[in-house]
Amino acid sequence: MPSTTETTTAVRDRGGAATAAPPGSPPSRTRRPGRWWGWAFLAPVTVYLAAFYAYPLYRNVELSLREYTVRSFVQGGAPFAGLDNYRTILTDPAFGSTLTHTVVFTAASLAFQFTIGMALALFFHQYFPLSRTLRALILVPWLLPLIVSASTWSWLLNSDSGLVNAALGVVGVDPVNWLTSPGWSLTSVIIANIWIGIPFNLVVLYSGLQAIPAEMYEASALDGATGWQRFWGITFPLLRPVSAITLLLGLIYTLKVFDIIWIMTRGGPTGSSATLATWSYRLGFGNLLPEFGPGAAIGNLLIVLALIAGLGYIRIERRQQLR
Amino acid sequence: MTTSTPRAWWKTGVGLVLTGLMLFPVYWMVNVSLTRDQDMRASPPHLFPTNGTLDGYRAVLDQQLPYLGTSFLVGLGTVALTVALAAPAGYALAKLRPPGGPALSFVLLIAQMIPGIIMAMGFYAIFLTLGVLNTLPGLILADTTLAVPFGVLIFTAFMSGIPDELLQAAVVDGAGRLRTFWSVVLPVSRNSIVTVSLFAFLWSWSDFIFASTLAGGGDHQPITLGIYHYIGNNNQQWNAIMATAVVASIPAAVLLILAQRYVSMGVTAGAVKD
Repeated sequence: MPSTTETTTAVRDRGGAATAAPPGSPPSRTRRPGRWWGWAFLAPVTVYLAAFYAYPLYRNVELSLREYTVRSFVQGGAPFAGLDNYRTILTDPAFGSTLTHTVVFTAASLAFQFTIGMALALFFHQYFPLSRTLRALILVPWLLPLIVSASTWSWLLNSDSGLVNAALGVVGVDPVNWLTSPGWSLTSVIIANIWIGIPFNLVVLYSGLQAIPAEMYEASALDGATGWQRFWGITFPLLRPVSAITLLLGLIYTLKVFDIIWIMTRGGPTGSSATLATWSYRLGFGNLLPEFGPGAAIGNLLIVLALIAGLGYIRIERRQQLR
Repeated sequence: MTTSTPRAWWKTGVGLVLTGLMLFPVYWMVNVSLTRDQDMRASPPHLFPTNGTLDGYRAVLDQQLPYLGTSFLVGLGTVALTVALAAPAGYALAKLRPPGGPALSFVLLIAQMIPGIIMAMGFYAIFLTLGVLNTLPGLILADTTLAVPFGVLIFTAFMSGIPDELLQAAVVDGAGRLRTFWSVVLPVSRNSIVTVSLFAFLWSWSDFIFASTLAGGGDHQPITLGIYHYIGNNNQQWNAIMATAVVASIPAAVLLILAQRYVSMGVTAGAVKD
């Protein structure tokens, strides 16, 4: 597929503008209206972006800078509070642990999703009967609505009647209160999130593997390289750009994860599985008395983290396109 | 790449085991949905629904149909709006290349990275003022934000592969740009329209965060909230909860079966351009 960011448009545009060109005018002037014409097709999306991305973002920043109550939220007139909401959040005793949970949740999810996804991609990259069908089936967890996955895992990890505890009982391990003990709740939501993320890693890494020319493997096979040497010598280095993108996209997605945690544990018990995303939701929507200001402040911290990751992603994308 | 047949079949065995492990929770969901209430807390749990019951599915039919209907309507609305916004944009970015186009692509890429909770809070504030909180159009608008940037990306990637000669031929025949778009570009881009529609539908069908913040107090609630309330109010009837989950998964299953090709195209095009 050709790159979409090509800069040489002069030749392509001439065909479109030629019919409308008045005879005798210089070519540079005839090209212009044709080029601006494109914005007629972009106008809906531009208006949409302004109304439904930029404006909500602006409202969110505004929420975080004012002192909102339920009444002022409806009627307006909330006093300007400057950075008070941010101060409230940063000095909250829950801030440290929530940030730690976010980091642990993200790092553990990424590490396992990527490793397992890579192993499966390598396995399914070989040809064997049914490989295509089975690879397609593994996508199922990724396509299921998160509420479905989260409630299924809730039942699997149920303390009394869950299958996981029953299986542990068979090998003589005492039942674990997966979702209801502060020591295990974070692990439980991480397990579910890893399961959901494996297919995505598998698919992207698999497409990366397919781009590696088979001759490279044939050459190394002639040199007598073992499978392990081939992986570290060819596959891994050639897959590095794709791996970087997979991990960065995973990072962006994982920072956003809210549904799974909220449905399985609501961030509890006592905040033991709360991340920045669930904390923000709890403040804004999870209490009878909403605290929109601090909730929005956490949201804005989260967006800064996501954007840093996003800029990293774009850098890598660009570098790949240049090659 | 080629291996002798016996070895390949051995690999199929391993592949079956790996797939089975990955899909086990899905199997368990189906199993529990068919389990009788009195067997639900059996120890050890029944690995097969030996005394199967359809009570759970009966409960779905009794209680969850309105939720499913809402999700269906929201999904269709989201698909229509997403394609209407994204297809012309993709055409412009791929073929008309107006000045500032790359900057817009960049904004779209960034837009995909905004966490849902932030969008939800902003939308809540705006919808309250506009009075569209707890309405179908409001939820449709919010759900399209999940798919529009992705849609533009897919359309741009796909439409830049359309040969310029084809478009020039249309111009020679006297078609304007709008007509070229409608009668040449759109029909040729059928595959990408299918891909974008599938994902738009699936994401709006699966959406929980916009549903719970923007439609949680209304008469029209989607199926994700149906399940969520079910879990909250009704901790006993896990067969009904899991039966609802099975029914809510049907679009994903259908999608996977009917449109395997488009699914993997969408997943990879969203992340890697080759």
